[in-house]
Amino acid sequence: MASPRLDSEKVKDAQDELEMKVAKYSRGKGADLKALRDKKLKAQLTAREKLYDKSAKHAAMTDKWLMPTEGGFLEPENDLEKSYRFKQDDVLEEVDLLSSKKPFDMILPVLGPYTIEYTSNGRYMLVGGRKGHLAMMDMLSLNLIKEFQVRETVRDVTFLHHEQLYAVAQKKYPYIYDRHGTEIHCLKEHGKALKLQFLTKQFLLASINSFGQLHYQDVSTGEMVANYRTGLGRTDVMRVNPYNAVIGIGHAGGKVTMWKPTSVKPLVTMLCHHGPVTAVAFDRGGHLMATSGVDRKIKIWDLRKYEVVHSYAARAQSLDFSQRGLLACSNGSQVEIYRNMDGHDYKLYMKHRMMKGYQVGKVLFRPYEDILGIGHSMGLSSILVPGSGEPNFDTFIANPMETTKQKREREVHALLDKLPPETITLNPNMIATVRAPKKKEKKTKKEIEEEMEDAIEAAKNIERKKKTKGRSKPSKQAKKKEEDVFRAKRPFLEESKEIGGRPDKKQRVGEKVELPKALQRFAKKPQS
Amino acid sequence: MRVKVISRSTDDFTRERSQDLQKVFRNYDPGLRSQEKAVEYTRALNAAKLEKIFAKPFVGAMDGHIDAISCMAKNPNHLKAIFSGSMDGDICLWDIAARKTVCQFPGHQGAVRGLATSTDGDLLVSCGVDCTVRLWKVPMLKMVDTSDHTGDNSQACTGWIETYFLHQQSSHGSMHFLITFVLTAVRGVDHQWDGNLFATAGAQVDIWDPNRSEPINSFQWGNDTVLSLRFDPGECNILITSASDRSLTLYDLRTSSPARKLIMKTRCNSVCWNPREPMNFTAANEDTNCYSFDARKLDEAKIVHKGHVSAVVFRMDIDYSPTGREFVTGSYDRTVRIFNYFGDHSREIYHTKRMQRVFCVKYTYDGTYLVSGSDDTNLRLWKSKASEQLGVLLPRERKRQEYLDAVKERYKHLPEVKRIDRHRHLPKAIYNAAKLRRTMIEAENQKAERRRKHSTPGSMPVQPFRKRRIIKEVE
Repeated sequence: MASPRLDSEKVKDAQDELEMKVAKYSRGKGADLKALRDKKLKAQLTAREKLYDKSAKHAAMTDKWLMPTEGGFLEPENDLEKSYRFKQDDVLEEVDLLSSKKPFDMILPVLGPYTIEYTSNGRYMLVGGRKGHLAMMDMLSLNLIKEFQVRETVRDVTFLHHEQLYAVAQKKYPYIYDRHGTEIHCLKEHGKALKLQFLTKQFLLASINSFGQLHYQDVSTGEMVANYRTGLGRTDVMRVNPYNAVIGIGHAGGKVTMWKPTSVKPLVTMLCHHGPVTAVAFDRGGHLMATSGVDRKIKIWDLRKYEVVHSYAARAQSLDFSQRGLLACSNGSQVEIYRNMDGHDYKLYMKHRMMKGYQVGKVLFRPYEDILGIGHSMGLSSILVPGSGEPNFDTFIANPMETTKQKREREVHALLDKLPPETITLNPNMIATVRAPKKKEKKTKKEIEEEMEDAIEAAKNIERKKKTKGRSKPSKQAKKKEEDVFRAKRPFLEESKEIGGRPDKKQRVGEKVELPKALQRFAKKPQS
Repeated sequence: MRVKVISRSTDDFTRERSQDLQKVFRNYDPGLRSQEKAVEYTRALNAAKLEKIFAKPFVGAMDGHIDAISCMAKNPNHLKAIFSGSMDGDICLWDIAARKTVCQFPGHQGAVRGLATSTDGDLLVSCGVDCTVRLWKVPMLKMVDTSDHTGDNSQACTGWIETYFLHQQSSHGSMHFLITFVLTAVRGVDHQWDGNLFATAGAQVDIWDPNRSEPINSFQWGNDTVLSLRFDPGECNILITSASDRSLTLYDLRTSSPARKLIMKTRCNSVCWNPREPMNFTAANEDTNCYSFDARKLDEAKIVHKGHVSAVVFRMDIDYSPTGREFVTGSYDRTVRIFNYFGDHSREIYHTKRMQRVFCVKYTYDGTYLVSGSDDTNLRLWKSKASEQLGVLLPRERKRQEYLDAVKERYKHLPEVKRIDRHRHLPKAIYNAAKLRRTMIEAENQKAERRRKHSTPGSMPVQPFRKRRIIKEVE
């Protein structure tokens, strides 16, 4: 008796799973076609919607065959065990040999706090020490590709579209280097850049400098697309939102502003903290933002409603979201990792304490691997964080095991599909939505008449103050009443004047005098 | 505690030997892809631009006639062959691939008004202003199978041409085996798709059997000349004719009487059935529009296809693609337009300085090319999809092309893509004529609106556009 019930439960579970997967692949709800009156269009769109449903279902069904690798996890066996009690050593004992070789600790005490950066496929790592030490490593084979000294302060490093080119924010200007360490470009216009970020789909290098100026430069054509003054002073907290390519900057007043290359004013200005913002991080899914401030709070915001989802009393010097939604915070020599098991409830998942005196500067999750890279004042480390990386990569998006040919092809395709900077908006799906009709519905004549009558009634019924000393004569009261009624009628009369045809002759603006061609440049240009 | 970490061994993800293909892994998770719509939009824009760059529709011209070409006929069994008849009575058989004349059929005294091939491709029927209907024997095409000759296509062609020229030289004049004289000038001819019979249009509709020298049947409804006729590809006994009394008449050969008549406001010059939906047909009208009807419901046009500008004097010819998804019209305004079967404006317009009034157009039986015959004695070969790459495409190329077409379709309505996609260079005369037409139509509409506004409500009902040009349907 038990087995058929179990079977039906299993079937139900399988169906629920399939529905969840279909929801994942279907990219939002279908369009509402009931409002359409055009039958031909309606028929065409229904056919299309059916195709979308079919393809989402197909993708959900083939899901399990296409994913060769399984994700990582760290699960305590009973309620007494807490996942954050497990240290790295415990984890290393339990894991297989290949993975236990991955975490490392590089002690480089001389050359200052280190900042790290990974390529989008997680294969190459770029390391920049404050005192000018630059190194690029292939993490798959743990080879050092190039190491050199620039003998200048290095504030930030970032890869461009692949590991052959990277940008380094040095003492006076950012420079672009080749994988051999050859200096390719010196970007003088950016000025003293404090932070660099690369927008991959648009090929834009964004930088914020010590004057609080934001520069966008297209690295494929070399054109400076935009430079804006944020107006809020010097800041070095800048992050790009991978979901919509919007740059989020945290300011000293506690504000977080979001910028796009085509507007002078920020898209959004949020007051997040009571003091300076110390770190900003964006979730890959595009709807979460984590900020931390000097006021000892870490806040997680919902970017659709711009509301706080969660607020923790903790300090964080740097924040990062992983591909699977884990949040890493660094504070002094301690790194804490939070995870949301269900919904947006972020709970402590893992902790890692480094040697006392190591000040962690930057935490960064490595894409497609369960590894967190830590750049600190005495060098760099990396630790294992089970369940943080996406186990299955797509060869055409990011391939950790890329060959040279594949890399070249990817570069060419990325350049062909390069998005113009105008495509950056808060909602990247806006292009597929329907614009609301601009014109207000014209009121019918009856409605206008009714409104006029209502207005007249209201005007007649208002209480007028009775004046004393013989100034409230009935004739004067009647006159006042008439004036009120006329005033109530006037807007309706003006409207009808326009409907009738040509507007009033007096209202017509003087016709433009046709200037001779030679004088046309002195004519006032019409306001567009 | 249970722990597991992602561990990938490079062996599983890289190929074993250099002769192997690279391994490809896919994860269709939308979370991995950001700004998808913007990327698609950029691709659509680039695809539209590339399409314009590669749009070279004109393939070649075939000259050989010495007078204007008045009609053409396709041979259902041979893809490369097309017959053309001219205003001085010459009929030519062309090889489209080589763009050369294969065979000539001289004999008509006046203009050849109609050409039709029989179902098996053996017989060519021609009719003309000299009141004759002639039957010609089409030379047997010894189509050498190209698989026997390893890849030597050109040899096969020349082989075919040689047999023809030999035939001609040896027996000149034995091409046609039947000349029939009729009372009046014959305006059009068409052959049944499945049977043996053919019909001619003159003062009345005559049904002929190729073995008899007299029409086996004659239909008439009214006293006006019949201008053109077509047999239905699906129902081989149904025939539609257009007459000079502004009517379209449906005949059924089995009942031996006309079935239905539709009277319009202006005359229809040419009719064509949709080969994939044989109940629908499209009629090319004098008021420069094409009307698509459902033969079962003639009181309302299904779609009105607008686009041509010229007030047509002679003919506007129309032909459907074998896919049934689009049709081509050639008109007196020196342009050839391709319409979608449900589209109300033309998808494509072809014109050349040298091409004068287009009298006839035909789609080839594979749907890739169209042939137009015009006043300047040339037959022109055009591609139906102007930017299509001809020849054998690799599967990857084909897939990419399909993807680009699909992504362009999706964003076609957005202003930037629409502007590029719709842009066509028109000759000045046609551009100005189109502008003039638009202002005229707008003025007419405004006047009608004003009249309606100032008359008692309900006395001037709004007539749907599809019904506007129809007067009535008669049984």
